Amino acid sequence: MSRAMRTIGDVAGLPDYAFGPTSVGWWGVLGFMLIEGMGFVLAVGAYYYLLHNEVQWPPNAAPPPLGWATAFVVLGLCSEVPNYLVGRMAQAQRLQAVRWGLILMVLLGLLMLVLRGFELHAMNVRWDRTAYGSIVWALLVLHTFHTITDVFDSLVLAVLSWRKHMDGRRHADVADNALYWHFIVWSGAGLYLVIYWTPRWL
Amino acid sequence: MNAAQREQLQRSWADRPGLVGWLTTVDHKRVARRYIVTAFVFFLMAGVLALLMRAQLAYPNLRLIGPDRYNQMFSLHGSAMMFLFAVPIMEAVAVYLVPLMLGTRNIAFPRLNAFSYWVYLFGGIMIFAAFVLDVGPEAGWTGYVPLSSSDFSPGKRTDFWAQMITFTEVAGLCVAVELVATIMTQRAPGMTLARMPLFVWSMLVTSLMVIFAMPSVMLASTFLITDRLVGTQFYNAAEGGDPLLWQHLFWFFGHPEVYIIFMPALGMISSIVETFARRPIFGYTPMVLALVATGFLAFGLWVHHMFAAGLPPLGNSFYTAASMLIAVPSGIQIFCWIATLATGRPRLAVPLLFVLGFFALFVLGGLSGVMLASVPLDLQVHDTYFVVAHFHYVLIGGALFPLLGAVYFWFPKIAGRLLSERLGRWQFWLLFAGFNLTFFPMHYLGLLGMPRRVYTYPHGLGWDAYNLMSSVGAYVIALSFVLMLVNIVRTLRRGDAAPDDPWQAPDLSCATASPPPAYNFAAVPAVSSRHPLWADADATPCAELPVLAGVRSDRREVLLTTPVDAAPANRWAMPDPSPWPLWSALALTVVFVWSIFDQWGVVWGAIPVAVAMTAWFWPKRSEPSLGGDA
Amino acid sequence: MTARAARTLSLLLLALPLAGCAVQGVQSSLQAAADQSRAIDQVWTLMLWVCSAIYVAVIAALAWAIWRRRRAVQREGRTRDPLLARALAAWVVLVVGLLSWFVAASFLADRRLHAGHADLEIRVTAKQWWWQVEYLSPQPDQQFSTANELRLPRDQTARIELLSGDVIHSFWVPALSGKEDLIPGYSNAVLLTPRRAGRYRGQCAEFCGLQHAQMALDVEVLDAAGFAAWRARQLAPAPAPSDAHALRGAQLFLGSACASCHAVRGTSAASRLGPDLTHLASRRALAAGALPMRREALRAWLADPQHAKPGNQMPQVPLDPRDRELLLDYLMGLR
Repeated sequence: MSRAMRTIGDVAGLPDYAFGPTSVGWWGVLGFMLIEGMGFVLAVGAYYYLLHNEVQWPPNAAPPPLGWATAFVVLGLCSEVPNYLVGRMAQAQRLQAVRWGLILMVLLGLLMLVLRGFELHAMNVRWDRTAYGSIVWALLVLHTFHTITDVFDSLVLAVLSWRKHMDGRRHADVADNALYWHFIVWSGAGLYLVIYWTPRWL
Repeated sequence: MNAAQREQLQRSWADRPGLVGWLTTVDHKRVARRYIVTAFVFFLMAGVLALLMRAQLAYPNLRLIGPDRYNQMFSLHGSAMMFLFAVPIMEAVAVYLVPLMLGTRNIAFPRLNAFSYWVYLFGGIMIFAAFVLDVGPEAGWTGYVPLSSSDFSPGKRTDFWAQMITFTEVAGLCVAVELVATIMTQRAPGMTLARMPLFVWSMLVTSLMVIFAMPSVMLASTFLITDRLVGTQFYNAAEGGDPLLWQHLFWFFGHPEVYIIFMPALGMISSIVETFARRPIFGYTPMVLALVATGFLAFGLWVHHMFAAGLPPLGNSFYTAASMLIAVPSGIQIFCWIATLATGRPRLAVPLLFVLGFFALFVLGGLSGVMLASVPLDLQVHDTYFVVAHFHYVLIGGALFPLLGAVYFWFPKIAGRLLSERLGRWQFWLLFAGFNLTFFPMHYLGLLGMPRRVYTYPHGLGWDAYNLMSSVGAYVIALSFVLMLVNIVRTLRRGDAAPDDPWQAPDLSCATASPPPAYNFAAVPAVSSRHPLWADADATPCAELPVLAGVRSDRREVLLTTPVDAAPANRWAMPDPSPWPLWSALALTVVFVWSIFDQWGVVWGAIPVAVAMTAWFWPKRSEPSLGGDA
Repeated sequence: MTARAARTLSLLLLALPLAGCAVQGVQSSLQAAADQSRAIDQVWTLMLWVCSAIYVAVIAALAWAIWRRRRAVQREGRTRDPLLARALAAWVVLVVGLLSWFVAASFLADRRLHAGHADLEIRVTAKQWWWQVEYLSPQPDQQFSTANELRLPRDQTARIELLSGDVIHSFWVPALSGKEDLIPGYSNAVLLTPRRAGRYRGQCAEFCGLQHAQMALDVEVLDAAGFAAWRARQLAPAPAPSDAHALRGAQLFLGSACASCHAVRGTSAASRLGPDLTHLASRRALAAGALPMRREALRAWLADPQHAKPGNQMPQVPLDPRDRELLLDYLMGLR
């Protein structure tokens, strides 16, 4: 450099990891949530847009059955408890709690995916019958896809927590993953209200 | 910082040698350079399509190019210019410059950055290959249904187009997230939000616009693909769907898209004006507020593309008001730039010349945009050559001219050599003259009734002379780009070496060599003003640069600071070179192309993608920086 | 190149529109011939003048900023900034004021486009790549169909209902009004109140596929008597074949593929798939403006519809040249 440098401080004493807004990974998860969240908002917008073209909603069909969908949302909300705890344990870098917590989250996630499978199977309108069927399936498939990716992420992190050295950075990854699971659960609850209760409340 | 430390730093940040290094690099500068070159190649290819179209339209009733091929040409010209050139190149310039302006060593998520380039490249190759094989897009860059549905666009043409959108939107979204993360965590200590360069502000707002707009077109194109491939009914009026749903989803993206292209250019102009006026920008705060206001307002205008669709008139009028309102922040910016030049000491080098070209052309295009915002007037000129004139004035004048100014401005930093001023002036005047000759007559053609997207036109409507003028102008534009290529090639071969600070610019990018070393800065610079390299408001260069020591040089590491006040917070390891972004991009390409032909491609193709991305994330011994261990 | 050269270039470009004023076609929006297009023209004139003035002012300010004489030694830097801040505020007020004026003018003109009650109801259905035009009436026997042409009475308001048979098209007759899209699943409408008799041309203005470029509409505005006469002629069934050749041609028409797509009122051909041909020979153009209405053009069209309008929906019906001449005799008699 052509300019002289004058050292005014030293940052060697700062930690080399962080949780929250001074962690790059945190902003990545935030960005992803904004993107996917916007996708959901627009898809829900499309749902209501198609609704306003119709006289009867759902058109020529009964409202979708509540059973499996409700179970999915309830289980999701319950999973928020261990999820929140895993996030806290990761910030405290409590390794054993994190290890078992991640295994529990993977199992809960897999169970939720099974419920989601039954929910899709029970859906009373096909995606290719009407635009209503198409948008309902689109919303559910979109959400399922994100659930699958997060369960997979949790699985990878679980394996890592058991097999590899977990430093501050890796605990931060676990905390970020927990943050994303919040998004999965609450967006799922929102979609549940839109898909299953709009026809019943209209 | 002694020589041994510098050497250690160079070793930590070096790429592997040769082709392996080229394929595995995660250096933001190398990735950005290939992004810029690739985007310019797509630009030239799309430009050749334009030359062919203008040849066909030079005279009435010509039979040079038939309707099918012509329709594919204008569809690919628009799609390539918007998706493969305009947005990627602006993002690429930001990927190069933003870390340097922030005083950091790499962009956030460097492997994701490399991944996004490969995804973009493969998508671009796919769509041009499709065109060559006569399965190119044929429904315009806007792909309106039902024309783009399987009933009226049979075969795979529109599927390739819709999937190209998926490729480019994935790439664009990745870069947007990287930029937001970099800007919010990696600013130099002391660089509060109120001290960020205006280019960085423009990229922050642009990236947020990308994040909120691109999901809309991804949704629209995905719905189109499923309508075409698995029988969904989103756009089919007969089964409760709605062709206007496509338009709403597309334009909800499409309007912010043009600001996504335009806003980085606004940042470039601020950098160039500030440097060549030799004073800090007048009205920094109104300028920032104008950028933010534009970012918000951009999302409230999209219906102005649908004024002829028969929506309720009162609703349309609201969008007239909103569309006119967005002229106010632009007007503020124009005022501030002119005020800066008027009260500074301007030097007319080629970058500033292109900025002057911007003023002449963009203001004209902006004013024709205000005209288009008026519903009754739009009902006459919508879908005519008047609109073609308008958007070329705002895109070429408002984005390409500043981009070319930016090329002349930052080429010395990127390549380490100075471009020829003389050739630059020739290029500028040829482009300015050719551009006006091509596009100014089009305003009139639209008023005389010539619609868009026509492969030929009859004699006797008063259109002949203007079309000929326009066609001649297009070739003059082409000549100007030949000159630019000549300039670049000659400079790379035997141009003068550039100093660290070729223009005495105020931002941190000029505090390092030209081109910068792999690690950008030997030590973390600290800032205390909006113009760290100027000692005062008269552009007097600083004699010395305050820095912070303590960031490790034996592995890749940067300093993170707090989001608002940029106080030092923690250190952060950065990834080493990796082949996994390339493997992941290849696997994703397989998924995207396979699913054009068979929906199960999504399911089976997801497996290699999952494997590649897991390997990407998995800690490896070969990655010392991320604490790689067994 | 110098500033002088730039000025010369700009003057040349500004002169272009003036030169163009001499040559104006029947599809120009600048020769407004109806209430609606005149309302739009007023907005255009307002915005053209105001925007031109703003443009000149901004470029002048820029030129002054770059080239004004500066006192050599004094560095003004930021001493003038408070004054500039006030100037900025004034500029914002001016811009907002002008834009508000534009919004108001636009709103009022838009209302004029939708105002008025219909004296005449017409239904236009756009198809790839022709216009089905039906003149409606409360009495079914007063309705008739034609294709690719529109005749309107001066000083009366016609309401054109807009439907689509396939993809999105756009109905646009620039001399009379702005455009409106025809969208499958929707019914839009446009009001036209022509004030000047004459010939005009319309064209589809929403990209609709291969032959979007050749989907024109022949429009004529007639005075009341002329319109009534035209309407009466259209209501009448097709004239009977005038000689033996034409009679043979009519038999060919009804016996071959022609009648499966085209209707001729007064005969058994009643299909609505293709354009109504009842008074084909009274039209000015063929194939939505792709060819003139002349025997040679019609012969070429019948021999190979794909030559003049590649991709259009009319199949080539194999006919030997003698039969084609007989068919032409018949068709050219359908006035």
